Amino acid sequence: MSEPKFVYVTYIATTPERLWQALTDGAFTERYWFGTRVESDWTPGAPVSFRRNGALSDSGHVLKYEPFRVLSYTFHVEFHEVFRRERPSRVTFELEPMGNEVKLTVTHDDFDPGSKVLEAVGNGWPLVLASLKSLIETGSPLAAAGAQAAERAKEKAVAQARGDAA
Amino acid sequence: MSEPGFVPKTVYVIYIASTPEKVWEALTSAEFTRQYFFGRTAEIEPKVGGNFILRMPDGRLDIKGRVVEWDPPRRLSATWAVDFEQFRELPESLVAYDIEPMGESVKLTMTEAFQWDVPDAILAGGRQGWPFILSSLKSVLETGKPIAISVKMGPPKEMLEAIKEAVAKKPWRAVLSSNR
Repeated sequence: MSEPKFVYVTYIATTPERLWQALTDGAFTERYWFGTRVESDWTPGAPVSFRRNGALSDSGHVLKYEPFRVLSYTFHVEFHEVFRRERPSRVTFELEPMGNEVKLTVTHDDFDPGSKVLEAVGNGWPLVLASLKSLIETGSPLAAAGAQAAERAKEKAVAQARGDAA
Repeated sequence: MSEPGFVPKTVYVIYIASTPEKVWEALTSAEFTRQYFFGRTAEIEPKVGGNFILRMPDGRLDIKGRVVEWDPPRRLSATWAVDFEQFRELPESLVAYDIEPMGESVKLTMTEAFQWDVPDAILAGGRQGWPFILSSLKSVLETGKPIAISVKMGPPKEMLEAIKEAVAKKPWRAVLSSNR
C-alpha cells in the first residue's frame, strides 16, 4: 500500500525567483492565501507561523530552504482541535524552471493513517495554488469568493472530521 | 461516474477566474484547445453519442471517442481512445469535466476513469499531462496566453513499457467481457 500523501502539480508563467518570493514572503502569501501570512526567518529548524487576521492558524519549522529550488517545512494545523490533536505533517515545494515557466510540485505527506488533515488539504491546496498562479500571472488573486469558498471548505472539513470521530 | 464499470483513477482540480460558459467553450472549441492542449484541436458533436475527437496539429487523429454526457455548462464526459501505435490496443477510458460556479471563479474538475486495473506506470502519462494542460487552460482564460511549451513532454518511458506489457497480457479481458 502506498503511503498517504497529497501531490499537486501546476505550471506558472514566472521565474523561480519570483515564485520563491511568493512562497516565503508573508506580504505576498497574504494576498493569495486568502489572508494567511507566513512568517519565518527561514534558517534551518526555525519556527514557521501561519496567521490569519492575527490568529495562529498553522505552525511548523523549517526542514529545507534551498532558494529557488526546494522549500520544506513541518505543518501542524492549529486552528481547530480536531486537527490540532494530530502530529505535524510535512509540506514540500519543488520548483523546476522550464524555460518560460516554472513547474511547481507541492507534496504534503508524513501523515498517520486516517489523517483528517490529509482529507482537508486535498481541498485546500488546489484553491490556494490556483490563487497564487492567478496573482503572479494577472496581478490579481482569486477573488473574495475564493476566500469564502476556502472558509466554507475549512468549516466543512471540521464538520466532516468531527462526524467521522463521533 | 455515471458510466457503469468505470472507476476514477486520476482527479485534477483547478480554479479559474472565469465563467462556466467560458470554461465550457474553452474545453469544447478548437480555437481554444489548440492553444493549451499541446496544439490539439477538438471536434465534438454536441450531443450524447456524438463523436469526440482531438486532432494533432498536423491533422492526424489523436483521441477518438463518443460523448457520454453533454450538459453545458456543467458536465461533459466522453470515452477516450488514443489512436496512436500500441495505445490503440488499450481499452478506452472515460474523461469527465465538471464545472462548478464559485462566485467570480469556477471550479473545474477533470476525472479520468478506467474499467480495468490500470497500472500506475500507464496512469503516469495522464498524471503528467493533465496538470500542464489545465494549468495552461487557466492561463489562456485569465491572461489570453497559454503556458509556453519550452520542453518536450512525451509519454514517460516507463509508461510505454507498461503499455507494451499490458497489450501482451491483456489483463482487461475478463472484466470487459463480463460487462458486455
